[in-house]
Amino acid sequence: MAEDYRLMWQEMGLDLEAHDALLGVLGQAYEDIYLAQKNRPEGMAYFDFVMSEVHGLRIRELLDEKKAGRKIIGSYCVFVPEEIALAANATLVGLCSGADFATEEVEKLLPRNTCALIKSSFGFKIGKVCPYLEGADMVVGENTCDGKKKAYETLGNMVDNLYVMDLPQVKSENGRALLKAEFYRFMEAVEELTGVTVTAESLKQGIQTVNAKRAAIHRLSLLRQADPAPISGLDALLANQVFFYDNPARFTESVNKICDELEQRVEAGQGAFPKRTPRILVSGCPQAVPNWKLPMIVETSGAVIVGEESCVGERGTRNLTGESGTTVDEMMESLVDRYFKVDCAVFTPNSDRLDHIKEMAAAYKAEGVIHYGLQFCQPYIMESIPVENALEEDGIPCLRIDTDYSLEDAGQLKTRVEAFIEQLR
Amino acid sequence: MRYAGIDIGSRTIELVTVDDRGEQQDSLQTETGFDPIAQAKELIAKVKFDHITATGYGRSLFEIAFDSSTVTEIKAHATGAWTLFPEALGVLDIGGQDSKAISLRNDGRVKKFEMNDRCAAGTGKFLEIMAKSLGYGLDEFGTEALLAETDINISSMCTVFAESEVTSLIAKGENRREIARGVHESVVRRAAAMVNRVAGEGDIVFTGGVGKNPCIVSLLVEKLGRSVFIPDDPQAMGAFGAALLTWQANSGQ
Repeated sequence: MAEDYRLMWQEMGLDLEAHDALLGVLGQAYEDIYLAQKNRPEGMAYFDFVMSEVHGLRIRELLDEKKAGRKIIGSYCVFVPEEIALAANATLVGLCSGADFATEEVEKLLPRNTCALIKSSFGFKIGKVCPYLEGADMVVGENTCDGKKKAYETLGNMVDNLYVMDLPQVKSENGRALLKAEFYRFMEAVEELTGVTVTAESLKQGIQTVNAKRAAIHRLSLLRQADPAPISGLDALLANQVFFYDNPARFTESVNKICDELEQRVEAGQGAFPKRTPRILVSGCPQAVPNWKLPMIVETSGAVIVGEESCVGERGTRNLTGESGTTVDEMMESLVDRYFKVDCAVFTPNSDRLDHIKEMAAAYKAEGVIHYGLQFCQPYIMESIPVENALEEDGIPCLRIDTDYSLEDAGQLKTRVEAFIEQLR
Repeated sequence: MRYAGIDIGSRTIELVTVDDRGEQQDSLQTETGFDPIAQAKELIAKVKFDHITATGYGRSLFEIAFDSSTVTEIKAHATGAWTLFPEALGVLDIGGQDSKAISLRNDGRVKKFEMNDRCAAGTGKFLEIMAKSLGYGLDEFGTEALLAETDINISSMCTVFAESEVTSLIAKGENRREIARGVHESVVRRAAAMVNRVAGEGDIVFTGGVGKNPCIVSLLVEKLGRSVFIPDDPQAMGAFGAALLTWQANSGQ
């Protein structure tokens, strides 16, 4: 990254030395894992550029937006509606992180048996290495799992602009009413932050922008159904990860451009891997940047990942919001309809998720499913056993993995993954 | 033609060759030591073969050094065990550093597996350390434990904790054989639970170095209540399976 960002980072209050170390690790990992891949679509050059500027150019853009009067909202969950943020003249960015940082300091505030995702978010705050978090005018937490819920109580003492959204845990009428009330409360909070009132027109625009972004990802996913898969699981995961950071319109355009290229590849029978490479669906916990451990292991062991049943993946992006509403309330109803379908494991019961995993396995012609659980993530690890049982009943092999962000278990994981792939052949 | 399989495990390396009919010819073993590739080199210089497949945790090192094909120890053990005992529906392998349970399809392919690979609990290394604490040689540990009339419960799964538990039992003056029996019971409890989770029914083949321990075998049969087959050389099963896979891949079998 260019030297002239240093002043920007310093002004944002980042710890330059620690931040350098982080970028060093990130850059190296990207080179080893991403740039080492073969047969990548040319359009991925865009994402290579985005990643090389993820703390540079994109942050400068956000700061320019702030100068022009927009507000930046950071979020840790796919339940936080970007449409509302956009409608009130704010930009939404994802804050979840996928690398261990300042773990010793984090463990002074959180128990050791907290999942890596929560610990990482704290580490990035304590270490002052995340420009998205430091640049945010509002940080949105949400009551999903117990780990996050309680962690936000502590995070509230560390950032002065934390807003916590309540969420239902049951898909009932009451649950839906709660979600709707919370979306309205969020809208008011954003309006207060930006001083801009949400109108039917601005909300419609917000819905269309986010729908376009999701539709582009749907198009990308659909293309992954082809054999040979025209894009690696690693590259597709990256697109799903960048979904949370990038300018929405530019992201949509770039993904669509890649899809144009992938359509030609499918037509010509070209793939990231040869035809009949074993196809795997990954299901479970989110994989935030730079948590590329599992897909890297899978795709260097002779298989290809064809879908992610994950918040950073289809759980987060599927279903568009209805665009027929004409009043703010009608559109809020449509938003609630759409978001209430998200089948996060904090819901009970959560049979929708099971159905979705089976649907995805069939649609993407996956021969096996790897259930990806982050250690200590109770909701997903609890669900992993019924998921495995249901899949095996249908004759789909399933491998359950519990892991974290460290590379300590990479050797053991590789053996398990290789054995699982042998099982599929 | 000769087809070889080499299993580079955490404690030992085994090399097995088979002929054109898949019959075992050579079987050699050496310590893994700190330089597994040098050890492997020495081993392969002793036998003649045309193709080789590596398995075990050192398989990737071997692949880089010798440009061989590789297979996981899970498939290798399953193949070896099923070839000798085609009626078996499951495999339990307890090696030096990890343990695994595998369920088999009727054609010998892996249906499902589970591995304990996080620590030494319930592995050969666990037994080795416990034997040492109790002043037994590894060869006599199982036979001595079998002679105990009852067992003393060892509750710790962790090797480090179990070692201090054993030490305090010794300090209390408890019977050495009974402690030894308790150690064996604890390994079998864990192993049987893993087998029951993965392969709920059918005959089991018990592979890996721990298959040589008579007390573990006897307790396992008792606990599982099913037939448990032990190959003549349980420790060489990974290498034998790898050799068979080499044969299948290169002879059109």
